[in-house]
Parts: sequence; C-alpha cells; structure tokens
Amino acid sequence: MAITVRNLTKYYGHEKAINDISFDVKSGEILGFLGPNGAGKTTTMKIITCYMPPSSGTVDVDGYSIADHSLEVRRKIGYLPELNPLYLDMNVIEYLEYASQLHGLDKARMRQQLAHMVDVCGLKDVRHKDIGELSKGYRQRVGLAQAMIHEPDVLILDEPTSGLDPNQIVEIRNLIKQLGRAKTVILSTHILSEVQATCDRVIIINEGSIVADGTPSELKQKFHGAESVTIELKAAVSDAMTDIYPKIKSLVGVESAEYIGASDDMHRFSIVVSKGSDVREDLFRQAVAEKWVLLEMTRKGTSLEEVFHRLTQAEDEKK
Amino acid sequence: MNKTEIQASWNNIRTISRRELQSYFNSAIAYVVIVVFLAIIGWFHTSNLFLANIATMRLMFELVPLVFLFVVPAITMRLLSEEKKSGTIELLTTKPLHDYEIVFGKFLAAWALVGVALLLTLVYYLTITSIGKIDNGPVVGGYFGLMLTAGVYVAIGLFASSLTENQVIAFIIGFVFVFVLLMLDKILIYVPESLASIVEFLGIDYHFSNIARGVIDTRDAMYFLSLIGFMLYLTVLSLGRRRW
Repeated sequence: MAITVRNLTKYYGHEKAINDISFDVKSGEILGFLGPNGAGKTTTMKIITCYMPPSSGTVDVDGYSIADHSLEVRRKIGYLPELNPLYLDMNVIEYLEYASQLHGLDKARMRQQLAHMVDVCGLKDVRHKDIGELSKGYRQRVGLAQAMIHEPDVLILDEPTSGLDPNQIVEIRNLIKQLGRAKTVILSTHILSEVQATCDRVIIINEGSIVADGTPSELKQKFHGAESVTIELKAAVSDAMTDIYPKIKSLVGVESAEYIGASDDMHRFSIVVSKGSDVREDLFRQAVAEKWVLLEMTRKGTSLEEVFHRLTQAEDEKK
Repeated sequence: MNKTEIQASWNNIRTISRRELQSYFNSAIAYVVIVVFLAIIGWFHTSNLFLANIATMRLMFELVPLVFLFVVPAITMRLLSEEKKSGTIELLTTKPLHDYEIVFGKFLAAWALVGVALLLTLVYYLTITSIGKIDNGPVVGGYFGLMLTAGVYVAIGLFASSLTENQVIAFIIGFVFVFVLLMLDKILIYVPESLASIVEFLGIDYHFSNIARGVIDTRDAMYFLSLIGFMLYLTVLSLGRRRW
C-alpha cells in the first residue's frame, strides 16, 4: 500500500506551511517524520488523511488520489490526530463501536474487531469506563485502537507518544511496532530516539521543506560529522595550551582539538577526529610517553541528534 | 447515486444521529431541556386555559415557538462547536463520510429531541379532551406546524454551531437569527409597502399561523422545508471551510 506525495504545497493565508514536498512511502515501511514544532509535519498528515486539501500538489494512496477518490483513501487510512481527540463522554466500547460503524463494518466483523483491538491494545480492564476517566496512556491506546478498528493498510500517527511518561512511551512504541508490522506507517515526532527506535526510514522536515530523507544509519553516514574523542588528563604542567595542546594536535588523524578547561592539574580536551581514523591508541601512547595520567577517554559517534540539530539549525542561520 | 450508496449514506446518517442522541441522554442536557420546556409550557398553558374557558390548544401553540427560541439554540449549540473545540471534528471528517451525512445526522438527532419534548405536551392535550370537546383539525395542524418550525430552528442553530468553537457564541447567533425570523411579520409597519408582502412571506409566524389554523398548504410546507434545506446547505458549506 504505497503512498506517493508529489510537490505538495500548502498556504495558510499568505503563510507557506509546506513548500513543494515530495516523497514516497513503500508498502510495509515505517516512516518517521521528524522536525521541530511547526515544521509542517501535521499539515502534511492532514492533507494525506483528506482533512484538508493542499494548495497544490498531489497525494496518491495505493493509486487513489486524495482529490478524486477521497472516500477510498479515507477507507484505507487509520488516523490518530495530534493531541488524540476523543469523545470523553463515551465509554471505550461505545466509542470503538461508533468508529467501526462510521467505517461501515458489519455487525459480525465489528464484534470480531472490537475483541481483537481490546485484546491487542490492552484495554480489557477499562473497556466499560468512560474515556474521560482514563489516564493519558490508556487514552492513547484507545486512539490507536480507534485508528486500527477497520484494519487499515495505512496508519498515520501524529505524535503518538507526546505527553506520555517514559514507561507509557515504551509501551506505545512497542504497540506501534507490533501493529505496524504488516502496514504502511507514517508517524511524526520531534523526539529523535523515537525515530531510531521505531522507524525504517526518516524524513527530516524543517520550515516546510524536506532537508533529509533516508534510513537512520544512512543519514548518520551522509551527514557524518567527524567523530570526537573527549579526554581528561592529569599532568603537572604550567600551561596546558603550550605544553599539552600542540602534542595532541600533532597526532595523525586529529583534525582539531579544543581545550575545554582545567581544575588543578586536570585538563580536558575535546578532539575532533578525521573520518575513518581512530586516535585513541596514539593518544594513550602519547600520554604514557609524556607521563600524563589518563583519567578519561570517551569516543562519541555522530548521533542522529547531531544530524537533526545541524540540519534544522543551518536553516535558521540562513535567514 | 445507486441504491447501495443511498443505503450506505443512510447508515452513516443513522450512526451519527444515534451517537448524538445518546450523548444528549448520557449528559443531563436532554432531561433538563425537556423538563424546563414542559414546565414553562405547562405553567402558561394551564394558567390561561381556565381564564379563556375555551377547550383549545391555541394558547399553547402560540407560546411554543417563543419557548423554542430559547430551548432549541441551547440544544443545537454544542453539535458542531464542541467537535471543533475538542478536535474530534478531525476524526469525524477523516472517516469515509460525506460532510452532508454528518450535518444531516446531527440535524435529525436534535430535531428528534425537540420532537420528544413536543410529544410529551400531548399530556396537555389529554387533559383538555378530558374536560371539554376540542376541534382536532387545528391540533394536528398545530403539531405539524410546530415540528416544521422546530426543524427550521434546529437547522439555524446547527448552522450557528458550525461557525464557532464557542458554544455560548453559537447560542447567541442561533438565538438572534431565529428571533429575527420570528419578528419579521411584526415589523411590517416599518417596511415600505412594496416590500411588505415579501417580508411577511419570509417570517415564520405567517406560515405557522396558516398551518396552525388546520390548513396545511403546500406553499407553507415548502417554506419550512426549503428554509431547512437552505440552512443545512449553508452548514455543509461552513463545515467545508477547512478546505478553503
């Protein structure tokens, strides 16, 4: 159940919310939509789910265009909107029944799907409670159950874990992974670890445009910043900048080094290493030779966080 | 539209209606509205009945459109504004439904609730028939006219509710709108003569009093039905505003 998005642009009044976005989602893929708040994630999702039309551009879901076959598209999609709106005066079963009726499920299938959703989403204990009485975690499960009651091939989840506590986040993530196995899923988030934990592919979007598109590891490689090593040394020298700094700087593979600070005889350096080299061994030997006592040595790879930060910051700086 | 499509459409409308009615009766709204309505009608109805000393429902029929002026906007104010405020409108409109199914379903639910309240006033009819002889023609006409009037009020209230997220504002808009329609034939003396007949024709009271006399004219019925249709159409347009 592939989704094809082409040249999507949306204006709110004169404000451009998204600008010429194009991407494809393959069948069975879990796509993470990543971006700071207000980047255009929600707008894109609202367009795909037929809540509102784009100003220009097209979206096809399984070959059906949102403009010409809106009802077909909506039948295929399960949607969890941002902030998970629910009818608080209904109880869980009533609400799921309502959702399945709106999807036109017949009685037998409705009963079967209700039982299935209650089971999979862990709603058994609360099924006769009013939704208004439920905790946020349970409400999120109800929202997911509602989105999947008609066994859609496509799931669109707008910030499915926002506002949950860490335990609930893990639960919901597992649920999404489990339920999304046979489906095409688009989920948006501004939490990076979420993307790494759940998604096959990431699209980073900033100020209405796509700034990166690839698997998490591809992105890391593509936007590979240098790796860095942080060390802390104990050495009785009068001036670290003249006595230690040049010696570190001159090691093979060191691109740049930064003196972070000192307390008493302890000196910290952050060293940026050129691509593909590992200077830790040389650093150790150097320290032994110079009789520095090596207190700490940490290597940091480029995290998706840095990629994200760099991509979204760069846009800001251009302005 | 073929037969299965109509069937599917009707199923959707029924689903929406049922949920809306359920929500009226789950909350206190339905009971409060019915009790308040019956109390007001009962009070004025019985207090004048014996003074007039005529076995007639006319007093009640003249009063109900005024009481509806307050009651109906109170029933309809939440129909769409609440969905907008809580964001559930996004759930509803991304389900495989036509906008008109949502609008019509909600209209029917509120109309049915008003109908229930009206049905309960049959108690007053029964009390009158027990103490005197009543002409049934105007009673049937009166109820028919009241239902049509209620339909117009509900359609207006629903439209008002589609305009805003705020229920109080929805109430006020609905109230003012209905009030104007109700007053149209009372301000005729201020209207230039050439326009008077048009203004009179637009007012609710003119058509209602025709029907309430027991004369059910298609022109009057058409007035009510087309006004309902027009307001519902405006509501569908207003719901579609997100697409603009």
